Amino acid sequence: MEEAAAAERNNLGGVRYILLVLSGKGGVGKSTISTELALSLRHSGKKVGILDVDLCGPSIPRMFKVQDSDVHQCDAGWVPVFVDQEKSISLMSIGFLLEKPDDAVVWRGPKKNALIKQFVADVAWGELDFLIVDTPPGTSDEHISTVEALRPYKPLGAILVTTPQAVSVGDVRRELTFCKKTGLRVLGIVENMSGFVCPHCSECTNIFSKGGGEELAKHAGVPFLGSVPLDPQLSQSLEDGRDFIQEFPKSSAFPALTRIAQQILDGVSQGSS
Amino acid sequence: MAEVAGGGQPEAEAAELRERLRGVKHTVVVLSGKGGVGKSTFSALLAHGLAADGGRQVALLDVDICGPSIPKMMGLEGEQVHQSGSGWSPVYVEENLGVMSVGFLLSSPDDAVIWRGPKKNGLIKQFLRDVDWGEVDYLIVDTPPGTSDEHLSIVQYLSASHIDGAVIITTPQEVSLQDVRKEINFCHKVKVPIIGVVENMSGFICPKCKKESQIFPPTTGGAEKMCQNLNVSLLGKVPLDPQIGRSCDRGQSFLSEVPDSPAASSYRNIIQRVQEYCDQHRPQEEKTI
Repeated sequence: MEEAAAAERNNLGGVRYILLVLSGKGGVGKSTISTELALSLRHSGKKVGILDVDLCGPSIPRMFKVQDSDVHQCDAGWVPVFVDQEKSISLMSIGFLLEKPDDAVVWRGPKKNALIKQFVADVAWGELDFLIVDTPPGTSDEHISTVEALRPYKPLGAILVTTPQAVSVGDVRRELTFCKKTGLRVLGIVENMSGFVCPHCSECTNIFSKGGGEELAKHAGVPFLGSVPLDPQLSQSLEDGRDFIQEFPKSSAFPALTRIAQQILDGVSQGSS
Repeated sequence: MAEVAGGGQPEAEAAELRERLRGVKHTVVVLSGKGGVGKSTFSALLAHGLAADGGRQVALLDVDICGPSIPKMMGLEGEQVHQSGSGWSPVYVEENLGVMSVGFLLSSPDDAVIWRGPKKNGLIKQFLRDVDWGEVDYLIVDTPPGTSDEHLSIVQYLSASHIDGAVIITTPQEVSLQDVRKEINFCHKVKVPIIGVVENMSGFICPKCKKESQIFPPTTGGAEKMCQNLNVSLLGKVPLDPQIGRSCDRGQSFLSEVPDSPAASSYRNIIQRVQEYCDQHRPQEEKTI
């Protein structure tokens, strides 16, 4: 019954492309890449939604400074939270459903799976060019449920995020296997936190090593989407919930981030022509 | 909307776990709501630090089932677990430092563990029940990020024996702290004492000009302010040092590779405090001896 109602609503019917941001490793910048990709795509005139399926550690609301917003109901389901007046970016996250921001969501798999199903079926996204699905680290309940629930909507594929060091690349290798096993196309690998340029003396230090992401892409035969350097202006923007793409076009991370979006746009336009 | 699932376990099972873990004196769980903040790095260094006193037996258990980092960090990649009459044998780095991880059960570095909760919980139980840990002074448990199956299970299974407390790892920025506050609430909810908080990646000193940069800025006061607000101890701050990651990638102990660095001395202080905490919180029966 419920499924029939969801199908009738077909809330993802107006979404052209769905892409997932994945990593086996935590804290490598999945939410950062999701956020900046959404902002870059908006600057190219696209309408973008972000679905945050990290249920135990949702970061997306704060990165857009809408952590105090609430989700409302409409006939078609949940109304996502819009980050701007023009409604060009909309978000859905468990962060909007918590009474207190510090509430821990202490749930085992089945409850997480139920909410993810609801997130996929019941959010009234309306017309979107892109829906970006930000995920927690790993290859477990959230990932299996998300991929299963999205399958009928034929997602475009996944962007994998890693940091350069071997310990992180090792986990992302496992995520590649997850994509293969679940039939999810890998759009490419992003190497984040790749080198830090000292603002005082311009010396570049590879704090978390260098090149691991590119090597992995080569090894796995998937596209390499670029290296994003460690950039304090980027971390600061995310802390303050500001639009980095708008405000810091001269920063070191800007060219890398916009190039990722451009490659996604190019891939899509090639695919449709 | 939080809910703690699964309180009870069959009495026989609890007794079995208690029997198996009887030889474990102290248990420290390393937690964080946030990924990639340095839980495994800290767990590995805590294990090395405690085991530096050769008279002490240390066990390191990695319950990050989908993203095990401990084998690589301990220089044990490619090792396999052996079966003995009394169960699985941990893999030993030193005579007095044994390690167990799902990584030792995989046949290739590309193997993904695509498991839902119940299977993960089953393996965690096996790690406690079927591994021949022997007499152990410190059992250190490294966890994945979050407050879900792995965390509930390890706390539930270890409640059969005893948990001294949790060390919570964070980085300075609010995006990380907001997840860590959830983890602290988790500890309160499941009644695990908090030994304290470690702030990792706290400032970076350029190796060339020696000036400091805040790569992950503490915009809301960092771990220090959070600890004040939530009334938990701050065990220390560890600066970002490129040599830490390098040592981890090579499977070496940063503490013995770069012993004179500010980061190593900070880690040593923190390890000392964890040890003091555990000494003061000895199991009841030992106090009477």
